[in-house]
Amino acid sequence: MYPRPFHYHRASSLREAATMLSQLGENARFLAGGQSLIPLMKLRFSNPSHLVDLSFVPGTAYIEEESGALHFGALTRHGEIENSATAAMIPVLHDCAAGIADVQVRNRGTIGGSLAEADPSGDWATVLLTQDTELRCLGPKGERTVPLRDFITDAYTTVLDHDELIREVIVKIPPKGSAGAYLAFKRSAPVYPTASAAVQLTLDDGACKDAVIALGCVGLTAVRAKDSEDALRGREIGDKAIAAAMEAARTAADPQPDMRGSAEYKRMLVAALVKRAIQIAMRRARGEQVEVGHIYA
Amino acid sequence: MPDTFEKVAIQLRVNGKSHSLTVEPRMLLVELLREALDLTGTHVGCDTTYCGACTVILNGAAVKSCTVFAVQADGSEIVTVEGLEKDGKLHPIQQAFGDSFGLQCGYCTPGLMLSTLQLLSKNPTPSEKDVRKAIAGNTCRCTGYQSIFKAIQLAAQNSKGA
Repeated sequence: MYPRPFHYHRASSLREAATMLSQLGENARFLAGGQSLIPLMKLRFSNPSHLVDLSFVPGTAYIEEESGALHFGALTRHGEIENSATAAMIPVLHDCAAGIADVQVRNRGTIGGSLAEADPSGDWATVLLTQDTELRCLGPKGERTVPLRDFITDAYTTVLDHDELIREVIVKIPPKGSAGAYLAFKRSAPVYPTASAAVQLTLDDGACKDAVIALGCVGLTAVRAKDSEDALRGREIGDKAIAAAMEAARTAADPQPDMRGSAEYKRMLVAALVKRAIQIAMRRARGEQVEVGHIYA
Repeated sequence: MPDTFEKVAIQLRVNGKSHSLTVEPRMLLVELLREALDLTGTHVGCDTTYCGACTVILNGAAVKSCTVFAVQADGSEIVTVEGLEKDGKLHPIQQAFGDSFGLQCGYCTPGLMLSTLQLLSKNPTPSEKDVRKAIAGNTCRCTGYQSIFKAIQLAAQNSKGA
């Protein structure tokens, strides 16, 4: 399958890429790892006349720890995050990176590309919504910092201007006693998850001081399940609190029925994922090492 | 007047041999390998980033060549299934796939062998879980995978010290 023909451009800096996009007009798009864009172009759902390739811009793939936060260059590939000891300082980031699609896709796809694409079934947005995450965005006019919670506005839609891109993703390292878990349920490795849940818990002497819960694939964007969080916050996390959080997650989910399952099935699934993610986040918050991967059917 | 889409000059090394070509920007890497270089061992299966039949090694990393534009591979080093055999001798991975009956129709086999190559280059003694994870992006419709797992473990054993 061939996409429609397009003009190909290479930028030598991200600033130059943004300027090029603004000059080339509305039918131009950035190309990062291409693992979402190229399939969409082959199916002719996306038909840009110009592609500005970012992958030859030097210095855009890095993982660094700096003043209590992890900084990811936007073109850092999922596989690099999966295998990075620095990224593993926030275990939930490893949970996410290691389970995205398969080895081959993780070797190409990028964290910045995934967030800018804002696919409702993407993994990164769900996980990073539970973290203190900021995006450094760059356009021809300069730079701005956008908190992730304000970034994605609808399916495949972000606050980025047409000629603006993500330069860096910054995730604050959670304090001691705070830990997260991310679980996604997939029918097989290469496909998007049917549903996913990310949980971040802060424990204080056994009681839940704070809880952040996000659901993926069950709405037009990843969503915060605030009633689920309220069901845990300030309480001892036992069977009763977990059941209340699950019920609230079922209600917060607004999934589309499709070949992956009915809406009701996905609601039940996402509630079950919330339960398991809470249990893993609790063990991690108590200092236990727990390995988590995506769950396959 | 119809728009004209200028071709792009690229250079790449495939199985140790350098090539300079001029390609349409929309040409996929798998088509470049198959059509321009006549390396038809890399297969097109689903053509939707699912099945992994088109897997090749690009700068040391397994990729689905149906989801990479040839222009993105400019300056890169590529290994395809044709690059495994050396001096008429099968690569240990190829030998193991044969010895363990790790293939039936053979359509997925080049992709599986290159996913195995990446796995063993980074992890010479993979656990069963490591093997399953490494080939999760390769679909086989014949074997049921058990003989492929055996082949990969045999390849790991036979590659020791190689």
